[in-house]
Amino acid sequence: MNESSSRVRDAVSVAKGVSWRVLHTFFTNPAFLLPSVAFPLFFFTAFVGGLSRIREVPGFNFPTGYTAFQFVFVLLQSAAFAGVFTGFGIARDFESGFMRRLMLAASNRSGILLGYAVSALVRWLTVAAVVTLVALLARMEIGGDGVDLFGLYVLALLLNLAGTLWATGVAMRLRTQQAAPVMQMPVFLILFFAPVYVPLNLLQGWIHGVASVNPITALLEAGRGFIAGEPQLTLAAFAIVVGLIAGFSLWAVRGLRRAEAAG
Amino acid sequence: MSAVTLPQIATLGRRAVIRTARQPANVVFPLIFPMLLLAVNAGGLKAATNLPGFPTDSFLAFALAVPFVQGALLATINANVELARDIQTGFLNRLALTPVRGLVLLVGQLGGLLTIALVQAVFYLAVGLAFGVRLASGVGGAAMVLLLETVIALGFAALGSWAALRTGSTEAVQGLFPVFFVFLFLSSMNMPRNLIQADWFRWVATVNPVSYLIEAVRSLVIEGWNWETIGLGFAAAGGLSIVGFALATQALWRRLERT
Repeated sequence: MNESSSRVRDAVSVAKGVSWRVLHTFFTNPAFLLPSVAFPLFFFTAFVGGLSRIREVPGFNFPTGYTAFQFVFVLLQSAAFAGVFTGFGIARDFESGFMRRLMLAASNRSGILLGYAVSALVRWLTVAAVVTLVALLARMEIGGDGVDLFGLYVLALLLNLAGTLWATGVAMRLRTQQAAPVMQMPVFLILFFAPVYVPLNLLQGWIHGVASVNPITALLEAGRGFIAGEPQLTLAAFAIVVGLIAGFSLWAVRGLRRAEAAG
Repeated sequence: MSAVTLPQIATLGRRAVIRTARQPANVVFPLIFPMLLLAVNAGGLKAATNLPGFPTDSFLAFALAVPFVQGALLATINANVELARDIQTGFLNRLALTPVRGLVLLVGQLGGLLTIALVQAVFYLAVGLAFGVRLASGVGGAAMVLLLETVIALGFAALGSWAALRTGSTEAVQGLFPVFFVFLFLSSMNMPRNLIQADWFRWVATVNPVSYLIEAVRSLVIEGWNWETIGLGFAAAGGLSIVGFALATQALWRRLERT
Protein backbone atom coordinates (compact mmCIF):
# COMPACT_ATOMS: atom_id res chain seq x y z
CA MET A 1 0.00 0.00 0.00
CA ASN A 2 2.80 2.38 0.98
CA GLU A 3 4.77 1.42 -2.13
CA SER A 4 1.83 1.90 -4.45
CA SER A 5 0.84 5.24 -2.96
CA SER A 6 4.47 6.29 -3.19
CA ARG A 7 4.52 5.33 -6.87
CA VAL A 8 1.34 7.30 -7.47
CA ARG A 9 2.85 10.32 -5.70
CA ASP A 10 5.97 10.04 -7.83
CA ALA A 11 3.93 9.78 -11.02
CA VAL A 12 1.88 12.85 -10.09
CA SER A 13 5.02 14.78 -9.20
CA VAL A 14 6.62 13.95 -12.55
CA ALA A 15 3.38 14.73 -14.35
CA LYS A 16 3.19 18.14 -12.71
CA GLY A 17 6.68 19.01 -13.85
CA VAL A 18 6.17 17.78 -17.40
CA SER A 19 2.80 19.46 -17.85
CA TRP A 20 4.01 22.75 -16.37
CA ARG A 21 6.92 22.82 -18.81
CA VAL A 22 4.77 22.01 -21.85
CA LEU A 23 2.07 24.50 -20.91
CA HIS A 24 4.57 27.23 -20.11
CA THR A 25 6.11 26.77 -23.56
CA PHE A 26 2.66 26.66 -25.17
CA PHE A 27 1.28 29.82 -23.57
CA THR A 28 4.46 31.89 -23.81
CA ASN A 29 5.42 31.00 -27.36
CA PRO A 30 3.13 32.48 -30.04
CA ALA A 31 4.55 30.04 -32.61
CA PHE A 32 2.79 27.24 -30.69
CA LEU A 33 -0.23 29.05 -29.31
CA LEU A 34 -1.43 30.89 -32.39
CA PRO A 35 -1.60 27.98 -34.86
CA SER A 36 -3.35 25.80 -32.27
CA VAL A 37 -6.06 28.40 -31.87
CA ALA A 38 -6.10 29.76 -35.40
CA PHE A 39 -6.50 26.56 -37.37
CA PRO A 40 -9.73 25.32 -35.76
CA LEU A 41 -11.12 28.84 -36.02
CA PHE A 42 -10.08 28.98 -39.63
CA PHE A 43 -11.73 25.65 -40.49
CA PHE A 44 -14.89 26.74 -38.67
CA THR A 45 -14.97 30.01 -40.58
CA ALA A 46 -14.22 28.43 -43.95
CA PHE A 47 -16.74 25.61 -43.60
CA VAL A 48 -19.55 27.68 -42.14
CA GLY A 49 -18.92 30.68 -44.37
CA GLY A 50 -18.27 28.83 -47.58
CA LEU A 51 -20.71 25.95 -47.25
CA SER A 52 -23.70 27.39 -45.41
CA ARG A 53 -25.77 26.89 -48.57
CA ILE A 54 -25.60 23.14 -47.84
CA ARG A 55 -28.56 23.63 -45.50
CA GLU A 56 -30.70 24.05 -48.64
CA VAL A 57 -29.69 20.64 -50.00
CA PRO A 58 -32.81 18.44 -50.11
CA GLY A 59 -32.69 16.10 -47.13
CA PHE A 60 -30.55 18.32 -44.91
CA ASN A 61 -32.75 18.88 -41.88
CA PHE A 62 -30.35 19.40 -38.98
CA PRO A 63 -32.55 21.26 -36.49
CA THR A 64 -30.06 23.84 -35.20
CA GLY A 65 -28.55 24.89 -38.51
CA TYR A 66 -25.29 24.47 -40.37
CA THR A 67 -23.20 26.51 -37.92
CA ALA A 68 -23.92 24.11 -35.07
CA PHE A 69 -23.52 21.17 -37.45
CA GLN A 70 -19.98 22.24 -38.33
CA PHE A 71 -19.14 23.41 -34.80
CA VAL A 72 -19.31 19.82 -33.55
CA PHE A 73 -16.87 18.64 -36.23
CA VAL A 74 -14.45 21.49 -35.52
CA LEU A 75 -14.64 20.83 -31.77
CA LEU A 76 -13.85 17.14 -32.20
CA GLN A 77 -11.18 17.86 -34.79
CA SER A 78 -9.48 20.38 -32.50
CA ALA A 79 -9.57 17.83 -29.68
CA ALA A 80 -7.93 15.12 -31.76
CA PHE A 81 -5.30 17.43 -33.20
CA ALA A 82 -4.43 18.93 -29.82
CA GLY A 83 -3.36 15.40 -28.95
CA VAL A 84 -1.39 15.05 -32.17
CA PHE A 85 0.43 18.35 -31.59
CA THR A 86 1.42 17.11 -28.14
CA GLY A 87 3.00 14.14 -29.90
CA PHE A 88 5.00 16.58 -32.03
CA GLY A 89 6.30 18.12 -28.81
CA ILE A 90 7.34 14.71 -27.49
CA ALA A 91 9.23 13.98 -30.71
CA ARG A 92 10.90 17.38 -30.44
CA ASP A 93 11.94 16.59 -26.86
CA PHE A 94 13.52 13.35 -28.05
CA GLU A 95 15.49 15.12 -30.76
CA SER A 96 16.75 17.77 -28.38
CA GLY A 97 17.87 15.15 -25.85
CA PHE A 98 15.52 16.45 -23.20
CA MET A 99 13.52 13.23 -23.06
CA ARG A 100 16.59 11.15 -22.22
CA ARG A 101 17.44 13.48 -19.35
CA LEU A 102 13.82 13.41 -18.23
CA MET A 103 13.76 9.61 -18.21
CA LEU A 104 16.90 9.58 -16.12
CA ALA A 105 15.51 12.04 -13.63
CA ALA A 106 11.91 10.84 -13.41
CA SER A 107 11.19 8.75 -10.35
CA ASN A 108 8.19 7.22 -12.12
CA ARG A 109 8.27 7.35 -15.89
CA SER A 110 4.54 6.72 -16.23
CA GLY A 111 4.22 10.24 -14.88
CA ILE A 112 5.75 11.45 -18.14
CA LEU A 113 2.78 10.07 -20.07
CA LEU A 114 0.38 11.52 -17.53
CA GLY A 115 2.06 14.92 -17.75
CA TYR A 116 1.83 15.10 -21.53
CA ALA A 117 -1.80 13.95 -21.41
CA VAL A 118 -2.71 16.65 -18.90
CA SER A 119 -0.95 19.32 -20.93
CA ALA A 120 -2.76 18.18 -24.11
CA LEU A 121 -6.04 18.45 -22.26
CA VAL A 122 -5.34 21.99 -21.05
CA ARG A 123 -4.19 23.01 -24.54
CA TRP A 124 -7.41 21.72 -26.02
CA LEU A 125 -9.61 23.32 -23.35
CA THR A 126 -8.05 26.66 -24.26
CA VAL A 127 -8.77 26.13 -27.94
CA ALA A 128 -12.28 24.83 -27.21
CA ALA A 129 -13.08 27.93 -25.17
CA VAL A 130 -12.03 30.22 -28.01
CA VAL A 131 -13.86 28.21 -30.69
CA THR A 132 -17.02 28.07 -28.56
CA LEU A 133 -16.92 31.81 -27.98
CA VAL A 134 -16.55 32.51 -31.69
CA ALA A 135 -19.38 30.10 -32.51
CA LEU A 136 -21.65 31.83 -30.01
CA LEU A 137 -20.70 35.22 -31.46
CA ALA A 138 -21.63 33.78 -34.86
CA ARG A 139 -25.10 33.15 -33.36
CA MET A 140 -24.84 29.39 -33.35
CA GLU A 141 -28.13 27.85 -32.28
CA ILE A 142 -28.04 25.35 -29.44
CA GLY A 143 -30.90 22.94 -28.99
CA GLY A 144 -29.40 20.90 -26.17
CA ASP A 145 -29.53 21.62 -22.46
CA GLY A 146 -26.69 21.72 -19.96
CA VAL A 147 -26.49 17.95 -19.70
CA ASP A 148 -26.31 17.57 -23.48
CA LEU A 149 -23.56 20.15 -23.78
CA PHE A 150 -21.65 18.54 -20.93
CA GLY A 151 -21.89 15.26 -22.83
CA LEU A 152 -20.56 16.94 -25.99
CA TYR A 153 -17.52 18.40 -24.25
CA VAL A 154 -16.78 15.19 -22.35
CA LEU A 155 -16.89 13.29 -25.64
CA ALA A 156 -14.43 15.75 -27.14
CA LEU A 157 -12.24 15.56 -24.03
CA LEU A 158 -12.06 11.78 -24.30
CA LEU A 159 -11.21 12.05 -28.01
CA ASN A 160 -8.41 14.44 -27.05
CA LEU A 161 -7.04 11.82 -24.67
CA ALA A 162 -7.26 9.15 -27.36
CA GLY A 163 -5.43 11.40 -29.84
CA THR A 164 -2.73 12.19 -27.29
CA LEU A 165 -2.13 8.53 -26.49
CA TRP A 166 -1.96 7.63 -30.19
CA ALA A 167 0.56 10.38 -30.96
CA THR A 168 2.55 9.64 -27.82
CA GLY A 169 2.92 5.99 -28.81
CA VAL A 170 4.19 6.98 -32.25
CA ALA A 171 6.56 9.61 -30.85
CA MET A 172 7.95 7.20 -28.26
CA ARG A 173 8.66 4.60 -30.93
CA LEU A 174 10.08 6.78 -33.68
CA ARG A 175 11.62 9.52 -31.51
CA THR A 176 12.00 12.02 -34.37
CA GLN A 177 10.05 14.99 -35.67
CA GLN A 178 9.98 13.29 -39.06
CA ALA A 179 7.34 11.07 -37.50
CA ALA A 180 4.89 13.98 -37.65
CA PRO A 181 3.10 12.73 -40.79
CA VAL A 182 2.77 9.27 -39.20
CA MET A 183 1.02 10.88 -36.22
CA GLN A 184 -1.05 13.30 -38.23
CA MET A 185 -2.20 11.56 -41.41
CA PRO A 186 -4.18 8.68 -39.83
CA VAL A 187 -6.00 11.17 -37.60
CA PHE A 188 -6.66 13.46 -40.54
CA LEU A 189 -7.97 10.61 -42.67
CA ILE A 190 -10.19 9.10 -40.01
CA LEU A 191 -11.68 12.54 -39.28
CA PHE A 192 -12.32 13.42 -42.92
CA PHE A 193 -13.67 9.99 -43.92
CA ALA A 194 -16.63 10.81 -41.70
CA PRO A 195 -19.74 12.92 -42.39
CA VAL A 196 -17.87 16.22 -42.30
CA TYR A 197 -19.91 18.39 -44.65
CA VAL A 198 -23.32 16.67 -44.71
CA PRO A 199 -25.07 14.08 -42.53
CA LEU A 200 -24.43 10.38 -43.16
CA ASN A 201 -27.73 9.92 -44.98
CA LEU A 202 -26.70 12.50 -47.59
CA LEU A 203 -23.36 10.90 -48.36
CA GLN A 204 -23.29 8.91 -51.57
CA GLY A 205 -21.02 6.34 -53.11
CA TRP A 206 -17.89 4.88 -51.58
CA ILE A 207 -17.63 7.53 -48.89
CA HIS A 208 -20.99 6.51 -47.48
CA GLY A 209 -19.66 2.99 -47.03
CA VAL A 210 -16.45 4.17 -45.43
CA ALA A 211 -18.19 6.65 -43.16
CA SER A 212 -20.69 3.98 -42.07
CA VAL A 213 -17.92 1.87 -40.57
CA ASN A 214 -15.74 4.78 -39.41
CA PRO A 215 -15.83 4.95 -35.57
CA ILE A 216 -15.55 8.74 -35.68
CA THR A 217 -18.95 8.87 -37.41
CA ALA A 218 -20.62 7.70 -34.20
CA LEU A 219 -18.81 10.40 -32.23
CA LEU A 220 -19.85 13.07 -34.75
CA GLU A 221 -23.46 11.90 -34.82
CA ALA A 222 -23.59 11.75 -31.03
CA GLY A 223 -22.01 15.19 -30.70
CA ARG A 224 -24.43 16.68 -33.22
CA GLY A 225 -27.28 14.98 -31.36
CA PHE A 226 -26.12 16.65 -28.15
CA ILE A 227 -26.00 20.13 -29.64
CA ALA A 228 -29.36 19.66 -31.33
CA GLY A 229 -30.93 18.44 -28.12
CA GLU A 230 -31.77 15.08 -29.74
CA PRO A 231 -29.18 12.67 -28.32
CA GLN A 232 -28.41 9.69 -30.51
CA LEU A 233 -25.77 6.94 -30.56
CA THR A 234 -24.61 8.21 -27.16
CA LEU A 235 -23.71 4.83 -25.72
CA ALA A 236 -21.99 3.71 -28.92
CA ALA A 237 -19.95 6.92 -29.14
CA PHE A 238 -18.72 6.71 -25.55
CA ALA A 239 -18.01 3.01 -25.88
CA ILE A 240 -15.96 3.66 -29.01
CA VAL A 241 -13.92 6.46 -27.53
CA VAL A 242 -13.30 4.55 -24.29
CA GLY A 243 -12.20 1.60 -26.42
CA LEU A 244 -9.84 3.88 -28.34
CA ILE A 245 -8.40 5.18 -25.07
CA ALA A 246 -7.88 1.65 -23.75
CA GLY A 247 -6.15 0.51 -26.92
CA PHE A 248 -4.01 3.60 -27.30
CA SER A 249 -3.06 3.54 -23.61
CA LEU A 250 -1.45 0.18 -24.20
CA TRP A 251 0.14 1.60 -27.36
CA ALA A 252 1.57 4.57 -25.46
CA VAL A 253 2.83 2.58 -22.46
CA ARG A 254 4.53 0.02 -24.70
CA GLY A 255 6.01 2.90 -26.66
CA LEU A 256 7.41 4.32 -23.45
CA ARG A 257 8.98 0.95 -22.60
CA ARG A 258 10.58 0.81 -26.06
CA ALA A 259 11.95 4.31 -25.63
CA GLU A 260 13.37 3.32 -22.23
CA ALA A 261 14.98 0.23 -23.72
CA ALA A 262 16.49 2.27 -26.55
CA GLY A 263 18.30 4.42 -23.99
CA MET B 1 19.99 34.51 -73.11
CA SER B 2 23.56 33.68 -74.02
CA ALA B 3 25.04 30.30 -74.89
CA VAL B 4 26.55 30.24 -71.40
CA THR B 5 23.39 31.20 -69.50
CA LEU B 6 21.10 28.48 -70.82
CA PRO B 7 23.32 25.56 -69.72
CA GLN B 8 23.65 27.22 -66.29
CA ILE B 9 19.89 27.45 -65.98
CA ALA B 10 19.53 23.86 -67.15
CA THR B 11 22.09 22.64 -64.61
CA LEU B 12 20.48 24.43 -61.70
CA GLY B 13 17.02 23.37 -62.84
CA ARG B 14 18.14 19.75 -63.12
CA ARG B 15 19.65 19.98 -59.64
CA ALA B 16 16.34 21.25 -58.26
CA VAL B 17 14.42 18.40 -59.91
CA ILE B 18 16.87 15.67 -58.87
CA ARG B 19 16.97 16.94 -55.31
CA THR B 20 13.21 16.71 -55.11
CA ALA B 21 13.15 13.30 -56.76
CA ARG B 22 15.66 11.97 -54.22
CA GLN B 23 13.27 12.70 -51.38
CA PRO B 24 10.26 10.42 -51.82
CA ALA B 25 8.21 12.43 -49.36
CA ASN B 26 8.61 15.53 -51.55
CA VAL B 27 7.41 13.56 -54.57
CA VAL B 28 4.67 11.41 -53.10
CA PHE B 29 3.05 13.89 -50.75
CA PRO B 30 2.24 16.58 -53.37
CA LEU B 31 0.81 13.86 -55.60
CA ILE B 32 -1.20 11.97 -53.02
CA PHE B 33 -2.42 14.59 -50.56
CA PRO B 34 -4.35 16.70 -53.09
CA MET B 35 -5.93 13.52 -54.47
CA LEU B 36 -6.94 12.43 -50.97
CA LEU B 37 -8.53 15.78 -50.30
CA LEU B 38 -10.24 15.62 -53.70
CA ALA B 39 -11.63 12.17 -52.89
CA VAL B 40 -12.91 13.34 -49.51
CA ASN B 41 -14.46 16.53 -50.85
CA ALA B 42 -15.90 14.90 -53.98
CA GLY B 43 -17.50 12.19 -51.89
CA GLY B 44 -18.56 14.37 -49.01
CA LEU B 45 -19.99 17.24 -51.01
CA LYS B 46 -21.66 15.29 -53.83
CA ALA B 47 -25.01 16.29 -52.35
CA ALA B 48 -24.16 19.92 -53.14
CA THR B 49 -24.72 19.17 -56.83
CA ASN B 50 -28.43 19.02 -55.99
CA LEU B 51 -28.43 22.73 -55.19
CA PRO B 52 -30.31 24.81 -57.77
CA GLY B 53 -27.81 26.51 -60.03
CA PHE B 54 -24.92 24.17 -59.31
CA PRO B 55 -22.97 24.12 -62.59
CA THR B 56 -22.42 20.37 -62.92
CA ASP B 57 -23.74 16.98 -61.81
CA SER B 58 -20.28 15.77 -60.89
CA PHE B 59 -18.63 17.27 -57.82
CA LEU B 60 -15.45 15.45 -58.84
CA ALA B 61 -15.34 17.46 -62.06
CA PHE B 62 -16.17 20.61 -60.09
CA ALA B 63 -13.43 20.03 -57.53
CA LEU B 64 -10.75 18.68 -59.91
CA ALA B 65 -9.40 22.22 -60.31
CA VAL B 66 -8.35 22.42 -56.68
CA PRO B 67 -5.44 19.93 -56.77
CA PHE B 68 -3.80 21.96 -59.53
CA VAL B 69 -3.57 24.95 -57.21
CA GLN B 70 -2.80 22.83 -54.17
CA GLY B 71 -0.14 20.86 -55.97
CA ALA B 72 1.55 24.03 -57.16
CA LEU B 73 1.52 25.28 -53.58
CA LEU B 74 3.04 22.09 -52.16
CA ALA B 75 5.73 21.95 -54.86
CA THR B 76 6.58 25.58 -54.11
CA ILE B 77 6.99 24.98 -50.41
CA ASN B 78 9.16 21.89 -50.89
CA ALA B 79 11.42 23.43 -53.51
CA ASN B 80 11.86 26.73 -51.70
CA VAL B 81 12.63 25.01 -48.41
CA GLU B 82 15.56 23.52 -50.32
CA LEU B 83 16.53 26.99 -51.59
CA ALA B 84 16.47 28.28 -48.01
CA ARG B 85 18.59 25.32 -47.00
CA ASP B 86 21.08 26.25 -49.74
CA ILE B 87 21.31 29.67 -48.14
CA GLN B 88 21.68 28.28 -44.64
CA THR B 89 24.43 25.85 -45.66
CA GLY B 90 26.32 28.53 -47.61
CA PHE B 91 25.80 26.88 -50.98
CA LEU B 92 24.32 30.06 -52.43
CA ASN B 93 27.33 32.05 -51.24
CA ARG B 94 29.70 29.61 -52.91
CA LEU B 95 27.62 29.64 -56.07
CA ALA B 96 27.77 33.44 -56.11
CA LEU B 97 31.59 33.20 -56.31
CA THR B 98 31.30 31.32 -59.62
CA PRO B 99 30.61 32.92 -63.02
CA VAL B 100 26.89 32.09 -62.56
CA ARG B 101 24.88 35.31 -62.83
CA GLY B 102 22.47 36.17 -60.04
CA LEU B 103 19.24 35.92 -62.04
CA VAL B 104 20.27 32.51 -63.37
CA LEU B 105 20.10 31.22 -59.79
CA LEU B 106 16.49 32.29 -59.59
CA VAL B 107 15.48 31.18 -63.05
CA GLY B 108 17.14 27.77 -62.58
CA GLN B 109 15.32 27.29 -59.28
CA LEU B 110 12.01 28.30 -60.81
CA GLY B 111 12.60 26.14 -63.88
CA GLY B 112 13.13 23.06 -61.76
CA LEU B 113 10.01 23.76 -59.80
CA LEU B 114 7.91 24.28 -62.94
CA THR B 115 9.02 20.89 -64.20
CA ILE B 116 7.82 19.28 -60.99
CA ALA B 117 4.52 21.17 -61.12
CA LEU B 118 3.90 20.02 -64.69
CA VAL B 119 4.50 16.38 -63.77
CA GLN B 120 1.99 16.78 -60.95
CA ALA B 121 -0.54 18.41 -63.26
CA VAL B 122 -0.33 15.52 -65.73
CA PHE B 123 -0.88 13.12 -62.82
CA TYR B 124 -3.96 15.00 -61.60
CA LEU B 125 -5.43 15.10 -65.10
CA ALA B 126 -4.79 11.38 -65.52
CA VAL B 127 -6.48 10.57 -62.20
CA GLY B 128 -9.45 12.77 -63.09
CA LEU B 129 -9.82 11.07 -66.47
CA ALA B 130 -9.46 7.64 -64.89
CA PHE B 131 -12.35 8.42 -62.55
CA GLY B 132 -14.65 9.50 -65.33
CA VAL B 133 -14.10 13.24 -65.60
CA ARG B 134 -14.31 14.45 -69.20
CA LEU B 135 -12.96 17.88 -70.07
CA ALA B 136 -15.64 19.99 -71.70
CA SER B 137 -12.86 21.81 -73.56
CA GLY B 138 -11.37 18.64 -74.98
CA VAL B 139 -7.72 17.89 -75.69
CA GLY B 140 -7.00 21.54 -76.32
CA GLY B 141 -8.41 22.29 -72.92
CA ALA B 142 -6.06 19.80 -71.31
CA ALA B 143 -3.14 21.58 -72.91
CA MET B 144 -4.53 24.89 -71.70
CA VAL B 145 -4.83 23.46 -68.17
CA LEU B 146 -1.15 22.51 -68.26
CA LEU B 147 -0.20 25.97 -69.51
CA LEU B 148 -2.30 27.60 -66.81
CA GLU B 149 -0.74 25.30 -64.21
CA THR B 150 2.70 26.45 -65.34
CA VAL B 151 1.81 30.08 -64.78
CA ILE B 152 0.13 29.30 -61.44
CA ALA B 153 3.18 27.37 -60.26
CA LEU B 154 5.43 30.20 -61.44
CA GLY B 155 3.44 32.68 -59.34
CA PHE B 156 3.60 30.61 -56.18
CA ALA B 157 7.21 29.66 -56.84
CA ALA B 158 8.30 33.26 -57.21
CA LEU B 159 6.59 34.22 -53.96
CA GLY B 160 8.15 31.23 -52.22
CA SER B 161 11.57 32.12 -53.59
CA TRP B 162 11.14 35.64 -52.28
CA ALA B 163 10.44 34.25 -48.80
CA ALA B 164 13.45 31.92 -49.00
CA LEU B 165 15.83 34.61 -50.24
CA ARG B 166 14.53 37.26 -47.88
CA THR B 167 14.69 35.15 -44.73
CA GLY B 168 17.20 32.40 -45.56
CA SER B 169 15.16 30.26 -43.20
CA THR B 170 13.52 26.90 -43.89
CA GLU B 171 11.05 27.50 -41.05
CA ALA B 172 9.93 30.79 -42.57
CA VAL B 173 9.27 29.13 -45.92
CA GLN B 174 7.38 26.29 -44.24
CA GLY B 175 5.41 28.94 -42.41
CA LEU B 176 4.09 30.08 -45.80
CA PHE B 177 2.09 26.87 -46.15
CA PRO B 178 -0.63 27.82 -43.67
CA VAL B 179 -0.84 31.30 -45.23
CA PHE B 180 -1.38 29.89 -48.72
CA PHE B 181 -3.70 27.25 -47.27
CA VAL B 182 -5.87 30.01 -45.81
CA PHE B 183 -6.09 31.67 -49.23
CA LEU B 184 -7.08 28.33 -50.73
CA PHE B 185 -9.90 27.70 -48.26
CA LEU B 186 -11.20 31.26 -48.35
CA SER B 187 -11.92 30.91 -52.05
CA SER B 188 -14.50 29.32 -54.32
CA MET B 189 -12.82 25.95 -53.95
CA ASN B 190 -15.90 24.13 -52.57
CA MET B 191 -18.80 26.23 -53.84
CA PRO B 192 -19.34 28.50 -56.86
CA ARG B 193 -19.10 32.11 -55.79
CA ASN B 194 -22.67 32.86 -56.83
CA LEU B 195 -23.91 30.11 -54.50
CA ILE B 196 -21.93 31.20 -51.44
CA GLN B 197 -24.59 32.38 -49.05
CA ALA B 198 -22.52 34.29 -46.50
CA ASP B 199 -22.01 37.77 -47.93
CA TRP B 200 -18.68 38.33 -46.18
CA PHE B 201 -17.30 35.00 -47.42
CA ARG B 202 -18.45 35.71 -50.97
CA TRP B 203 -16.69 39.10 -50.79
CA VAL B 204 -13.48 37.48 -49.51
CA ALA B 205 -13.63 34.83 -52.24
CA THR B 206 -14.17 37.56 -54.83
CA VAL B 207 -11.08 39.55 -53.84
CA ASN B 208 -9.00 36.41 -53.36
CA PRO B 209 -6.86 35.79 -56.49
CA VAL B 210 -6.84 32.04 -55.78
CA SER B 211 -10.56 31.95 -56.64
CA TYR B 212 -9.76 33.05 -60.18
CA LEU B 213 -7.01 30.45 -60.53
CA ILE B 214 -9.39 27.68 -59.49
CA GLU B 215 -12.27 29.01 -61.57
CA ALA B 216 -10.13 29.20 -64.71
CA VAL B 217 -9.09 25.54 -64.46
CA ARG B 218 -12.62 24.56 -63.45
CA SER B 219 -14.17 26.30 -66.44
CA LEU B 220 -11.94 24.31 -68.80
CA VAL B 221 -13.16 21.10 -67.10
CA ILE B 222 -16.90 21.71 -66.77
CA GLU B 223 -17.76 24.59 -69.10
CA GLY B 224 -15.53 24.59 -72.12
CA TRP B 225 -13.93 27.72 -73.53
CA ASN B 226 -15.10 30.55 -71.29
CA TRP B 227 -12.46 33.08 -72.34
CA GLU B 228 -13.41 35.61 -69.70
CA THR B 229 -12.86 33.16 -66.86
CA ILE B 230 -9.74 31.74 -68.44
CA GLY B 231 -8.42 35.25 -69.01
CA LEU B 232 -9.02 36.20 -65.40
CA GLY B 233 -7.17 33.09 -64.27
CA PHE B 234 -4.17 33.89 -66.42
CA ALA B 235 -4.29 37.50 -65.25
CA ALA B 236 -4.31 36.45 -61.59
CA ALA B 237 -1.51 33.93 -62.10
CA GLY B 238 0.44 36.37 -64.22
CA GLY B 239 0.01 39.11 -61.64
CA LEU B 240 1.25 36.82 -58.87
CA SER B 241 4.20 35.83 -61.05
CA ILE B 242 5.18 39.42 -61.81
CA VAL B 243 4.90 40.56 -58.21
CA GLY B 244 6.64 37.45 -56.93
CA PHE B 245 9.43 37.65 -59.46
CA ALA B 246 10.04 41.33 -58.72
CA LEU B 247 10.19 40.67 -54.99
CA ALA B 248 12.40 37.60 -55.45
CA THR B 249 14.81 39.49 -57.70
CA GLN B 250 15.17 42.28 -55.19
CA ALA B 251 15.70 39.78 -52.37
CA LEU B 252 18.28 37.96 -54.46
CA TRP B 253 20.33 41.13 -55.03
CA ARG B 254 20.24 41.88 -51.30
CA ARG B 255 21.22 38.32 -50.47
CA LEU B 256 24.15 38.43 -52.89
CA GLU B 257 25.20 41.84 -51.55
CA ARG B 258 25.63 40.32 -48.12
CA THR B 259 28.00 37.77 -49.57
